[in-house]
Amino acid sequence: MFARDRCHTTQRSFFFKLNAKYNPALFWFAVLTAVMTFLLIGLGGLVTSNNFGMSVPDWPTSYGYNMFALPIKFWKGGVFYEHTHRLLASVIGFLTTILAVWLWLKDSRKWVHWLGVATFLAVVVQGALGGLRVVLTDAQLGIFHGALAQLFLVLVCAIALFTSRWWQNSAAEKQVSVPRGLRSHVLYVTILIFIQLMIGATMRHQHAGLAIPDFPLAYGKIWPDTSPEAVAAYNEHRMEMNGENPITAFQIILQMVHRLVALLILLGVIATAFLARKKLDGRDWLTKFAWFWTGLIVVQIALGIATIETNKAADIATLHVMVGALSLLAGVLWWLVAARRTTLTEFAPAGQNELN
Amino acid sequence: MKKSLLLLSFGIFSALQLANAGDITGAVTLKGTPPAEADIGPKMTADSPDCAVMYAGGKFPTTHFYVVGAKGELADVVVTLKGGDFKSTGASAAPALLDQKGCLYVPTIFAVQTGQKIIVKNSDPCVHNVHAKATVEGNPESNQLQMPGGADLTFTFDKPEAFLKFQCDVHSWMGAWVTVVDNPYYAVTDADGKFTIKNVPPGKYTLQVAHRKLGTQTAGIEVKDTGAATQDFTFTMK
Repeated sequence: MFARDRCHTTQRSFFFKLNAKYNPALFWFAVLTAVMTFLLIGLGGLVTSNNFGMSVPDWPTSYGYNMFALPIKFWKGGVFYEHTHRLLASVIGFLTTILAVWLWLKDSRKWVHWLGVATFLAVVVQGALGGLRVVLTDAQLGIFHGALAQLFLVLVCAIALFTSRWWQNSAAEKQVSVPRGLRSHVLYVTILIFIQLMIGATMRHQHAGLAIPDFPLAYGKIWPDTSPEAVAAYNEHRMEMNGENPITAFQIILQMVHRLVALLILLGVIATAFLARKKLDGRDWLTKFAWFWTGLIVVQIALGIATIETNKAADIATLHVMVGALSLLAGVLWWLVAARRTTLTEFAPAGQNELN
Repeated sequence: MKKSLLLLSFGIFSALQLANAGDITGAVTLKGTPPAEADIGPKMTADSPDCAVMYAGGKFPTTHFYVVGAKGELADVVVTLKGGDFKSTGASAAPALLDQKGCLYVPTIFAVQTGQKIIVKNSDPCVHNVHAKATVEGNPESNQLQMPGGADLTFTFDKPEAFLKFQCDVHSWMGAWVTVVDNPYYAVTDADGKFTIKNVPPGKYTLQVAHRKLGTQTAGIEVKDTGAATQDFTFTMK
């Protein structure tokens, strides 16, 4: 009992006592940083979808020039995408630095200060990873670069949520608690989405093009033949425009796993929507958001199929990356909002005035 | 005087060696119909108009995965000899030339020895990056910029590696594949699907043919003290 109380006291401090006053400028700045980060992920998707990542061989300079002074005459082909990616990343780095300093100076919550610092460190590491991937010509670093991009977007969006009017000023008596089982379910589905994004990033950074060119079957079968003879035959018939490396059995299996995990995620989000309707209410906006999340996953699966049907057209494959990021984000935001609502109802029954 | 005698002896020894060496010749054919090559034009036009203008007639290049003659003569097959006590003479061999012309690599498939220089030229009026995507330990992966009219770039690789890819990431369709071998006995089939490996010392060897898409085949071959040896190969589309 004592331990439970102490735990509750800790949570109470975390969520209530260190609340700050709503600062609209800070909130909208966090939103701006999040939107720009989302666009940067899209631009990064275009770079890798087109295999343009190594078109500027040096870093932090570009073609020997200061990054911000690369003459326009060089902004052609892959250079346009890669260099624009670098410039937008610099803008995000700048915005994140301002955001971290702003949070430190103006937000009264200590944990938000450190969240700002963590976000700043993440953007520094992310920039270094991107640069080292180029300088060290190490494709594996590209996978970590892609993974951290997703986590960074989640961090910035979480900051936007924590600085929002809703987070800081919601009246406790208006909230409906979200059962722990439902919250855990969403957490597991969200983790599964992150794993799926990692599988996708690994596929993307193999630079092997499409490992399986057909859907819903795979090389005409429910489970493709991955014997050396079969893989050799697949490679004979692949006519990838970029003349990519031959595919391997591992890459074929990885895409099959990607397909199966997609199915699991779809079932997971559909279950979330039905559970939310049952446990909360059909009109509760978390239920509506769960349906939106389901729609997002359906769109994402459609984009995955379109990626195959269009032989990995760069714009489609990039949209697949972007909607993947939104799918992860939706899960995280749903879980955070549910946790916040639950904590409000459990620990502040007297209402808003007690919270600040 | 002593020096002259030494040189004379070396010359006679080399001549005797060559007299005892034979040529390995053969031809490689493809049975079956390969898939149609991909048209590079749309991607070139969309991504790099500066490359597209070099094809003013609108006749854009295609990929070159299968270069096949009317009777199935298969070009761009790398032929290597294994099983001999050979050493690379790459350090003293003439450099191989890889040009960038019309936003394509010329040639697409070639072979060199370990330690042999590969000179990469840029004959195009646009910038390229030359990205050597080596995967065997001991062969460095490198990525260098080459401006139009810029100085030639030089690459060497110390370990044997099959189909090491040169890639331009500015123009992502541009790829060339070099096979690095550790002896001077190799060839690449010509447009008629034919190859010749010259001056092979007498002995029993394994002859290997490798096509980037079709895989490899091997055959035992014996080069006798006098005369040449012949071995043909046939790939069949699966």
